[in-house]
Amino acid sequence: MRYAMAIDTLKCVGCSDCVIACQMENNVPIGFCRDWVVESVHGSYPEVGLELRSERCNHCENAPCVRCCPTGASHIVEGGIVLVTQNKCIGCGACIQACPYDARYSHPEGYVDKCTFCNHRVTEGLNPACVSVCPTKCMYFGDLDDANSDISNILATRKYKALAPEAGTNPQIFYLV
Amino acid sequence: MNEELFVSGRNIPNIDPFLNIWHWQIPIYLFLGGLAAGILFFAALFTILGKADKMEATVKKAPIIAPIALILGLLALFLDLKHELFFWRLYTTFRIESPMSWGAWVLMAITPLSIVWVASYAKELKPGWDWKFGFLNDFESFVIKNRLALAWIIIVLSVILGIYTGILLSAFNARPLWNTSILGPLFLVSGMSTGAATILIMSKSTEERRLLSGIDLLLIVIELFFITHMIMGFQAGSQTQIDAAQLFLGGPFTVPFWVFVVILGLVFPAILEIMERLGVHMPVIIPVVLVLLGGLIFRFIMVEAGQITRYLY
Repeated sequence: MRYAMAIDTLKCVGCSDCVIACQMENNVPIGFCRDWVVESVHGSYPEVGLELRSERCNHCENAPCVRCCPTGASHIVEGGIVLVTQNKCIGCGACIQACPYDARYSHPEGYVDKCTFCNHRVTEGLNPACVSVCPTKCMYFGDLDDANSDISNILATRKYKALAPEAGTNPQIFYLV
Repeated sequence: MNEELFVSGRNIPNIDPFLNIWHWQIPIYLFLGGLAAGILFFAALFTILGKADKMEATVKKAPIIAPIALILGLLALFLDLKHELFFWRLYTTFRIESPMSWGAWVLMAITPLSIVWVASYAKELKPGWDWKFGFLNDFESFVIKNRLALAWIIIVLSVILGIYTGILLSAFNARPLWNTSILGPLFLVSGMSTGAATILIMSKSTEERRLLSGIDLLLIVIELFFITHMIMGFQAGSQTQIDAAQLFLGGPFTVPFWVFVVILGLVFPAILEIMERLGVHMPVIIPVVLVLLGGLIFRFIMVEAGQITRYLY
């Protein structure tokens, strides 16, 4: 099993519903967020392009945060989801330094927190909160090892990219372009 | 034009607008760890070479600095933790891929061994010293008998400790300024240079001082070579590394780096040490303080500047 997410940058309107849904679902403290929306503008008038990306932890296959964690608090579970065990985390910040996506933050209670791909939901067959609320249905979630899943189908037919692939982390969030 | 904005308003403390998760504690620790590694390396080296009596300050006196530096460094590291009550989790596992895990275990080994080393010279340096308890006196004679073996263990651990202070940073691929394999050797040499400088000031023998200042001079030259090499490597690297080098080549860290680290911390003390060798005498404290401050500022700059460099946005 290999969970992954694809986000259609052509359909996304940047409403930030995914961000709010995540904060509600996961009780994210005020002032913090596990996902965020980036508006990327390129070119100059009249040839201007706009790309909207909902970003979060990339649940990398070659996760540098897991590699550098001195206690094993950062680990990978079934489906390739990268998680942090709160009572093993010492708050040293090594994983925050290691993440090329800056997807981790120090929770006010001391441990390091990040997107869990809503592990508690996906193990019950539900979509992550961000995906399930998206009003434009521009987010796809599923198992890459299953050739018939939504995500496998969309990635088989559309052109896509990942963020900072040169960081060598093998990220699992794909942006349809 | 290429502009990227967080339209959902991300402004996470210590992450945005640029990473600032490691503060003064880390450079202080890197400095103290390197200093202790340098002092212990020379103490062990000259013991192995059989020069313990000629190099009295190196082998017997200066090592007292090592456990003090290590304990202060450990305290700084502890203050850096955000979930500090769980620090013991470091010692319930060993993670071979994590430099920090290596560091935690090496510190756990070398700190008590450095205390044992210092204690084994207590009677020699303070005549009439008594350990009060029989078992402590027995342990002392055991250590004195096996000093050579202890020196071999300490020399290996001190090199791991010194090089680890650099690898801790260089292992982070996400921070292009740190992500260079020369950083391990560079921090090791810099730590040894600060160690040699500290011993230099504690030594009263002309012969010992001459040898130590020669070693320090050699280490400074190697350090200058490594720094040149590091910047050359960045310039020949990927765009993220070219951008990282720009911090030192016109960017906000240009003046502190070249003035305080390279000129005042390396070139100037090297010139003073050469002049001393040529017979122009001056207080030894001047090059020593410059080397120590240069090493400390170098670590502050590297930790601070490295966190600014990134892949995205």
